[in-house]
Amino acid sequence: MSLLCERCQQAKATVHITDTIPKKRERHLCEDCAEKEGVIIKQPHPTSNEILQQFLKHKTGLGTIEDMTCSRCGMTFREFQTKGQLGCPHDYEAFEKVLMPLIERAHEGSTQHIGKVPATAGETIRKQSGLMRLRRELQDAVEQEDYEVAARVRDQIQTLESG
Amino acid sequence: MTIDELTRTTGEWLRGVGNMSDVVVSSRIRLARNLADRPFLSTADGTERTEIYRILADAITSAPINGDAILVDMQEADPVDRELLVERHLISRQHAEGKGSRGVSFTSDETRAMMLNEEDHLRIQGLRCGLELEALWRDVNTLDDTLAERIAFAFDKRLGFLTACPTNVGTGIRVSVMLHLPALRLTKEIERVARAARDMHLAVRGMHGEGTEAIGDFYQLSNQTTLGKTEEQVIDAFSKAIIPKIVEYERTARDSLSSEGTAGVDDKIWRAYGTLANARSISSEETQTLLSPIRMGIHMGRFSLIDIPVLNELLLHTQPAHLQKLHGKTIDENERDFLRADYLRKRFAALS
Repeated sequence: MSLLCERCQQAKATVHITDTIPKKRERHLCEDCAEKEGVIIKQPHPTSNEILQQFLKHKTGLGTIEDMTCSRCGMTFREFQTKGQLGCPHDYEAFEKVLMPLIERAHEGSTQHIGKVPATAGETIRKQSGLMRLRRELQDAVEQEDYEVAARVRDQIQTLESG
Repeated sequence: MTIDELTRTTGEWLRGVGNMSDVVVSSRIRLARNLADRPFLSTADGTERTEIYRILADAITSAPINGDAILVDMQEADPVDRELLVERHLISRQHAEGKGSRGVSFTSDETRAMMLNEEDHLRIQGLRCGLELEALWRDVNTLDDTLAERIAFAFDKRLGFLTACPTNVGTGIRVSVMLHLPALRLTKEIERVARAARDMHLAVRGMHGEGTEAIGDFYQLSNQTTLGKTEEQVIDAFSKAIIPKIVEYERTARDSLSSEGTAGVDDKIWRAYGTLANARSISSEETQTLLSPIRMGIHMGRFSLIDIPVLNELLLHTQPAHLQKLHGKTIDENERDFLRADYLRKRFAALS
C-alpha cells in the first residue's frame, strides 16, 4: 500500500524529504502539497511526442530520421539501423546529423581523425592532419614533462605552418 | 604454395616464440579499407561486388612487397579449406561462411594476409607470435602505403578512413593480442582483469574473436576506439602499458599457485595429461581446454614430456579442418572425436 500525503491525506505521497532543521524528521508529501510548501517547483511536462517532434525538427528539418535517404546508394537511415552497416562512403555525409552523435559515443567522445592520411588524399589534408597530430604529440610531451621531445615537435609544427 | 602445404607447419600465430611468449600467444594488427566511389558491400550488387574484387585482386597481385602471397578465391575453395584458414587465423569465420565474390591473399609465412570483400572491401592483416606490435605495424603500414599508390581508398579529412561500420571509422585499425591466462582464471582474478580492460574501452573475447568463448584460457584483447587516436597511440597503449601489466599479473598468479604448494597444480596438469593420453573419444573443445594446464605446466617448469612447439602442433592439428586434412578426407563430427583421440594417444605414446 502506498503512503498518503501527510498534509492533505488524500493524494499519494511521491515526494519524500528529510528535514534536518530544526530537528531530523522525515516528511512524505504529494506533488501539489510539496509545491504549496515550496519544496518543489512543478513544471509543465511536455508530452513525449512533443519532445520527439522538436528533436526531429531540430535534427533533420524535414520528414523523420528513419526516412533520410542517401542520394548515392539509396540506403535509408532505417536500413542502416537494421543492418548495422552503411551503404556507401557518402552515407557519412547524408546521415551526418544523426550519425555523428553515434560516432562520438563509439569513440570516447572523438569526432576528428588524427591518424594516418593516405598518399592520395592530397597535400592540404595531409598537412592539416599532420599539424593536428603534432599538436597532440606536443601536448602529450608537455604533460609528461619531456621537454626535449616537446621542443622538437614545436619546431616541426613551425616548419609545417610556415611551409 | 597451396593451402594443403599449410598443414605441414603450425602457422605463425602458434610458433610459440617472441616477446613475452609465456603469456602472449600472438599479436595481430588489422586495417579496414574501402575503395572510394564504390558502394560498401551491404548495398553492392553481384556485379559491383565482382568488380571491387577484381580491382583489389589486381592491386594486390601487382604490389611488389607482397612476397610469395597467393590469392584464394573463397567461392572456389572447398569448405574444409575455408575452415582451415579460420583455424590458422588468416580469415574470420564470417568470411569463411560468407557469400558472393570474396577472397584472401596471404604469404607462406602467414605473417601477412588480406581479406577481400569481407565486411569492408579490404582488410589488411599482420600476424606474429609473441608481443610484436611495432614490427607488425611497420609491415602493415608499408602494405597499406603501397596499395594506396594503386587504388584510392575512401577517406574523409574529418573522419579518416570510411568504413562500412561507423565503429571502425578513422584509422580503421584493430590491434588484437591473444593471451593465455590460465592462472588468472584459476585464482579467479580473470573477471577483475577483464573488467579493467573493458573500462579502458578494450574488447575482451575468446580465441576466434567476436562472440566466441574463452576456450582453453585464451583471451583476445582488442581496441574498440578508432577515431581521435593515432595508430601509434593505440599500439603504444598495448605494448607499453596494457599487455605488460596483464603479463605481470598472470606471472604473479602462476607464482602464487606454486607457492600454495605444487600438489594442486600438478594434479590439474597430470589429470589433463591422463585424459589426453588415454581418451577414446574427445571433442576439439575438450582438447583445447585440457591442453591449457599443460601449456601452463610447461611454462612453470612442472611438465616436460612435451615442449611448446609440440603442444601447439597438438592444439592446431586436432582442430576439425586440420584433422580432416591430416586424413585427407571429409569426416563427420562424431567420427572426428574418435580419430582425434587416436591421434592424441599415438602422439603421447610415442613420447614414453
